[in-house]
Amino acid sequence: MNRIKQLFRDKKDILSIYYTAGYPNLNDTVPILETLEDAGADIVEIGIPFSDPLADGPTIQHSGETALKNGMSLNVLFDQLKDVRSKVKMPLILMGYINTVHKFGIETFAKKCNEVGVDGVILPDLPFQEYLDNYKDTFDQYGVSNIFLITPQTPEERIKLIDEKTNGFIYMVSSAAVTGAKKGLSEAQLAYFDRVNKLNLQNPALIGFGIGDHESYKETCKYADGAIVGSAFVKLLGQAKDLHGEIKSFIKEVKGI
Amino acid sequence: MSQKYNADEKGMYGRFGGAWIPEMLQPNIDNLKKVYLDIINTEKFQKEYLQLLKDYVGRPSPLYYAKRLSEKYNTNVYLKREDLNHTGAHKINNTLGQILLAKEMGKERIIAETGAGQHGVATATACALMGLKCVVYMGALDIERQAPNVARMKMLGAEVVAAKSGNQTLKDATNEALRDWICNPEDTFYIIGSVVGPHPYPDMVARFQSVISKEIKEQFKEKTGSEYPDYVVACVGGGSNASGTFYHFLDDEKVKLVAVEASGLGVDSGETAATIALGDVGIIHGSKTFLMQDDDGQIVEPYSISAGLDYPGIGPQHAHLKDTDRAIFLDATDQEALDFALEVTRLEGIIPALESAHAFVALNKLKLTKDDSVVITMSGRGDKDMGTYMDRFNLK
Ligand SMILES: Cc1ncc(COP(=O)(O)O)c(C=O)c1O
Repeated sequence: MNRIKQLFRDKKDILSIYYTAGYPNLNDTVPILETLEDAGADIVEIGIPFSDPLADGPTIQHSGETALKNGMSLNVLFDQLKDVRSKVKMPLILMGYINTVHKFGIETFAKKCNEVGVDGVILPDLPFQEYLDNYKDTFDQYGVSNIFLITPQTPEERIKLIDEKTNGFIYMVSSAAVTGAKKGLSEAQLAYFDRVNKLNLQNPALIGFGIGDHESYKETCKYADGAIVGSAFVKLLGQAKDLHGEIKSFIKEVKGI
Repeated sequence: MSQKYNADEKGMYGRFGGAWIPEMLQPNIDNLKKVYLDIINTEKFQKEYLQLLKDYVGRPSPLYYAKRLSEKYNTNVYLKREDLNHTGAHKINNTLGQILLAKEMGKERIIAETGAGQHGVATATACALMGLKCVVYMGALDIERQAPNVARMKMLGAEVVAAKSGNQTLKDATNEALRDWICNPEDTFYIIGSVVGPHPYPDMVARFQSVISKEIKEQFKEKTGSEYPDYVVACVGGGSNASGTFYHFLDDEKVKLVAVEASGLGVDSGETAATIALGDVGIIHGSKTFLMQDDDGQIVEPYSISAGLDYPGIGPQHAHLKDTDRAIFLDATDQEALDFALEVTRLEGIIPALESAHAFVALNKLKLTKDDSVVITMSGRGDKDMGTYMDRFNLK
């Protein structure tokens, strides 16, 4: 059974952590991963830095810029992840913009993901129809799940279609926003979570955008299988004096363990 | 209209175009896609739009026979005077169309990106005219380079927000505008200033600019008695004045379409905006097209002396015109553009925008005869570039 499925079968209140590869230093990618697993994170989304991250707010933009200056690229990242499966067991997701993957080559990318043990991919600006027409078969062939975003504005038929055609989890963007914006759940958001829950989707769902502490994590877990923390964690990486110590306490604090 | 060179219903121009956008933008784009043609094609819309083009913009813009330039280059040069439009460039043709659409869709807040500031000014102008709130994103570097236009936007009541990422130019302003739209999906309309971005923008903007070639066709016939010029020429940043210049000639293969990119300090200098010349397929701002990128798929920062051509991508239609060899692509360096800016000014008494000055390189690079007729679109006037001209031509 694939690692994503197994995780959602065995665990509740999943905590997924996003961070940018090659940040704060080029070779921090894998050590951060190990610390995250140790501390109790359940899934990790590793961001592939891109020069023009149009769905990201200032925190993740900044981390990407730094990572690129540090020399991060898909080649370097796959190299860093070469032995990752001897180090961590949790599901690993790569998240990035389509242009870097397009340039790398879709087939090479899917193959590399499979080789190093990456379980899923989130490409927010890959149109769903384009995915079905030209990408899905390749990713399926290499056993890599594709995860798609839905928002409060996504129509029901589209959510159902995404659910039917994918097999990782559904990424529920909590509100109309770029990453790192807004905090706290509004009535409208609760109604949206409710609406999605009533669809009885086959895939589990994680809620992301604007979640960064124990309170928001706990609250979101009531409405989905878990939560995704991105900007708040990336911010910590940028400021930490004792990187690994602070990562540990952050995860424990968010999870409340 | 041409099926061969225009967008299909998915917004594809051959292998280019489409709508490569995050889900957060999908509902907005889907909605726009659903309504834009229906609204644009209503009698009410057409009436209002054409009236504004006539009485407010001052159209038709003249097609002017440039006698002294023609003599110098031993051919027949006509200038399509978009510089005489209200606000000083072709950009207003598009912003008026989009703002009428925005109003019809019940939007209350307008956002735009701008490079040279011409599109920002045209958008701020349209917003003042319609009484809509206006936010313009502009690269911090461009805010410095194009100070007069920043002041104009502010005077018109727009809020000008500095984009501080990347090289702080047009690409970065576009990123910021898209982020704003992601965060404000309900009340906001994004008026894109060129034939770039996700479908339906490239098609929509081309339609609004197509008035340029519609008029050229009529005026050329009236002036010369012949149906078609041999060449129509325009500079390309994103490519909107070029799309407008080409639109009604796309199917007349006798008419050679010529697009001039900005090559900055030279195509291979590393300081350039010659997207087609460096041509590599990728995805930028929601569209699959040629763009400037490195081996890792990172967008390369462009450079041109002209803020309006300083863009690392190009509209998907132009990528397709390149693919199909329907258009000829040339490039002009900063220096070539400056030389022509001065020459056109001295020979014709018309100070061109730096962007437009690039187009004139066609007079050197095409093999023109004395019987040829060449229509060059003068996309804008040079007022906004006087700072650069003062420096470069020692006018202080
Ligand atoms: C006068 C002028 N010409 C040309 C351009 C380039 O835009 P496009 O290629 O969309 O016509 C600009 C853009 O700011 C401009 O101001």
